Amino acid sequence: MTAGVTIEFDGLSKSFGAVQAVDDLTFHVEPGKVTGFLGPNGAGKTTTLRMLLGLVQPTSGSATFGGVPYAKLPVPAATVGAALEAASFVPGRTARNHLRVHASAARLPANRVDVVLAQVGLLDVADRRVAGYSLGMRQRLGLATALLGDPGVLVLDEPINGLDPEGIKWIRGFLTALAAEGRTVLISSHLLSEVQQSVDEVVIIAKGRLAHVGTLASLDAADTLRVVVNSPEHERLATALTAAGYTFDQARAGLIVHDVEAIDIGRVALAAGIPLSALSRHRSGLEDSFLALVSGGEDHA
Amino acid sequence: MTSLLAAIRSEFLKVFTTRVWWGLALILFVYVGFAAAGAALLFANIPGAAESSGAGAQATSEMLTQPGLIYGFATSIGYVFPVLLGALATTGEFRHQSLTPTFLANPNRGHVLVGKVLALTGVGALYGVIALVASVGLGGGALAISGIDPMLADSDTWALIGRAVLAMALWGAIGVGLGAVLPSQVGAIIVVLAFTQFVEPLLRLASSFSEVTASIGRFLPGAATDALVGPSFYTMMSAQQDALTWWQGGLVLLGIGVVVALIGYATTWRRDVT
Repeated sequence: MTAGVTIEFDGLSKSFGAVQAVDDLTFHVEPGKVTGFLGPNGAGKTTTLRMLLGLVQPTSGSATFGGVPYAKLPVPAATVGAALEAASFVPGRTARNHLRVHASAARLPANRVDVVLAQVGLLDVADRRVAGYSLGMRQRLGLATALLGDPGVLVLDEPINGLDPEGIKWIRGFLTALAAEGRTVLISSHLLSEVQQSVDEVVIIAKGRLAHVGTLASLDAADTLRVVVNSPEHERLATALTAAGYTFDQARAGLIVHDVEAIDIGRVALAAGIPLSALSRHRSGLEDSFLALVSGGEDHA
Repeated sequence: MTSLLAAIRSEFLKVFTTRVWWGLALILFVYVGFAAAGAALLFANIPGAAESSGAGAQATSEMLTQPGLIYGFATSIGYVFPVLLGALATTGEFRHQSLTPTFLANPNRGHVLVGKVLALTGVGALYGVIALVASVGLGGGALAISGIDPMLADSDTWALIGRAVLAMALWGAIGVGLGAVLPSQVGAIIVVLAFTQFVEPLLRLASSFSEVTASIGRFLPGAATDALVGPSFYTMMSAQQDALTWWQGGLVLLGIGVVVALIGYATTWRRDVT
């Protein structure tokens, strides 16, 4: 295994005609961690990864592996393993032959083929034509292709998409183990919930622009304070809150008041003599923060 | 250099790890074998050829049963097979989106295309051998049965066989370039079949009507193949006066291959792979 290197995006941009698909992305992806590259469909994730891998020419800026572009790496597949969305296999070729072709084209030793087939659990079906593979099996074959060169960097586009619950559990452990070995692991997804159990860092883009970079926990910090309060005397509570100068939203669980501490609402209710049936600080959760960040991106467009 | 060698090796592996190559090879063998044997039997037994009074018929029979003409079926009707295989090798990459793993494995796209051209040149030569086994084996056998010397002891016959293999190899290369110019698989197949089976024969016939067009018609790919390999039934039909010499015909095919591959490289091959 080659050592993991830092993936460096520097002012990376791509426009297709009038459409700005990727707009001035600058961030780093460090070795030893699993980094989630998140954004809704059409946010520019795949285009960004394809530019990183030399498949799409950037309009401006650069994406490198420790300063070296993919195409300039001496034996690219030995440094970087990649599996892209809609992993493209010739249907009439068996999995083993697919890997043999890839190993020979990428100048990797042929004896790695059986090693990676075993690693992803496809050894038993390796001589079947890929045409008969399920989406989950294709995902595993894509991962096997990426692992052929025992690379220090893994770039995987939507690797969890199409896996069954068992497969999801398996790949989470697998990616975590790869990162623990010091590799750089970058995985994209359009669902935070899909990757939040396996990623350490998140990079979120929306409409081609960077929306957030940080640890998974940093998403939580971006969360705003909200308090949920409810009372059997619903009308009186609403009146008292309005009189005290608070704005709130009506929800099934009660009234949701923004940017306050629970104790402040409790005092208002006490002063007005209103019995409360619920009073709690409400965390919106990572998914809500993610959605807020992603929809915030729309304002730029 | 090593990346080019790796490209050649993996392109060979790509051809031999799917079923298309032997499917086409089988049809090639049957098609060429039946045509060569059928023509030999048919023309050797033209009614009246054996009788002394039918001097004209005998001359026709002798002309049509020259072993070279029979063996030339390998290329005159078989050349469409290496072109098709070459075109499928390139268009398949676009169709199955396998350009993504291909260019990930080797980001030097020029090397990948050259590797493909060279590998399919090799497979084209293999198709040449298969087609000649059919035309010489079955066609020559039919001649021998009909009492005509198949001329297998003649060095000219073996020179023709060698040139026919070369022609099939060059057609494999042309197919690769063609596929890069026309990445739509269906489109490429239609163009190859329409051109080789219909457009080119008509053009050759039409070009033979005046001297000016005839001198241009010599450079049509099928005419160049005949120049390289030896006269075929097409050349006899269009009765061209000054065909190219064999090596000029070979150079024309090589030139067509290089130009088509360069156009493909400059257009579709360097595009973003999305």
